[in-house]
Amino acid sequence: MSVTTSRPPLLTVRQLSCERDERLLFSGLDFDLHCGDLLQLEGPNGVGKTSLMRLLAGLLPVSSGDIAWQGEPLAACREDFYQAMLFIGHLAGIKAELTPLENLHWFAALEGGVQEEDLEEALNRVGLRGFEDQPCHQLSAGQKRRVALARLLFTSRPLWLLDEPFTALDKQGVAAMEQLLADHAAEGGAVILTSHHALEQLTGLRKIHLGQKPSASYEAGNV
Amino acid sequence: MSRSSATFCRLKQKTANLPSLATVFVAALGREWRLQVRRRGDLINPLVFFALVVVLFPLGISPTEEILSPVAPGVLWVAALLATLMSLDALFRPDLLDGSLEQQLVSGYPLAPLALAKLAVHWLLSSLPLILLSPFLGVMLYLPWQAQGVLMLSLLLGSLALSLVGAIGAALTAGVGKSGVLMTLLVLPFYIPVLIFGTGAMQAAITGVSPAAHLAMLAALAALALALAPWAVAAGLKIAVSGE
Repeated sequence: MSVTTSRPPLLTVRQLSCERDERLLFSGLDFDLHCGDLLQLEGPNGVGKTSLMRLLAGLLPVSSGDIAWQGEPLAACREDFYQAMLFIGHLAGIKAELTPLENLHWFAALEGGVQEEDLEEALNRVGLRGFEDQPCHQLSAGQKRRVALARLLFTSRPLWLLDEPFTALDKQGVAAMEQLLADHAAEGGAVILTSHHALEQLTGLRKIHLGQKPSASYEAGNV
Repeated sequence: MSRSSATFCRLKQKTANLPSLATVFVAALGREWRLQVRRRGDLINPLVFFALVVVLFPLGISPTEEILSPVAPGVLWVAALLATLMSLDALFRPDLLDGSLEQQLVSGYPLAPLALAKLAVHWLLSSLPLILLSPFLGVMLYLPWQAQGVLMLSLLLGSLALSLVGAIGAALTAGVGKSGVLMTLLVLPFYIPVLIFGTGAMQAAITGVSPAAHLAMLAALAALALALAPWAVAAGLKIAVSGE
């Protein structure tokens, strides 16, 4: 699946380690992410999957190791990185007081060039037709997750960091998400996600196991 | 779920052409307006507090003009200051808890202008009503007529400084559960100059001296807060998010 080009990989991670509250979660993590890659972070609870996501998203300070974006250290090109990256965490930033459409308006404003019809169409495609004008606190957990994921349908950012995107989604929703991720990768985008789902549909999915061999180096092996 | 959810196929791909900061700022203003208007309770509470303190004061001391008139500037200003402090407590915590803050951090836009948009809407919806209410409460405390205009003007300038400085405290304590006391302790020392110049302006107007010097000091404090506070708020919010 990965596209071999002369350009440097989108994301290069070298000897990355993460410490939270003086506890070493993982260390010596190495991997590359190219255009067209799908990467799943696996491991038991508390092993640092979310922390790694937040490190990559720049929400946690890097204590040791290097992260490079297109060959440049992340600290030097943070703005470029953020403009090319879309991060959806456990908490997706969906406002309970606003309607799904109003929530998407904000994300569209950060995106640029998205028309009103696109937002309605995106809500339609994630199965929220008829819920556009209800405040989000009246929606179920799975529907709120769908509002958050609807962003992925109109974004033009190539790198997606998704922390547990399948939480609270039903089976059809998971299948549709898998298809969406596969399409994004086929179009040359890249995805890093954490999930406890098996994701059997996704061909070309690479996995990184965290927390099995502490302090060893994890090469991103194929499944 | 309906059949339409079977595939989340993507809408047509667009070239990345990110909007300008001004566009995003305007969008942030609109979003904050909608959000804060829908949380009416949070807006009304400090206003009711302000009115109640001033209404109860004559009942507790004495309803006579000789006693109330001299203390009116102090009572009005202290009540307004505490009401502002109260309204700021929960300014950033909901955003931290639902992930909106981390979305703003990774949006590729600087956090300070986005926080400023929030503060601007908050000031419009909580401080401005308080300023408009103050002359009526001033009448209840026998505030001399020549001081009414100065009351509103001093509150206008002072509340800008109070909101901006208070937001720094709110940002720093956003990650701390119930942070009311901590925020008060952090912020109150910086509120004292505003209180001194605010009441000073009114005393000057009551005694017939020009309040211009006091008002100029208030304006300077507001301008200083406007220049520095958004950056301090952004730094505080970054700390709060990385502590999550």
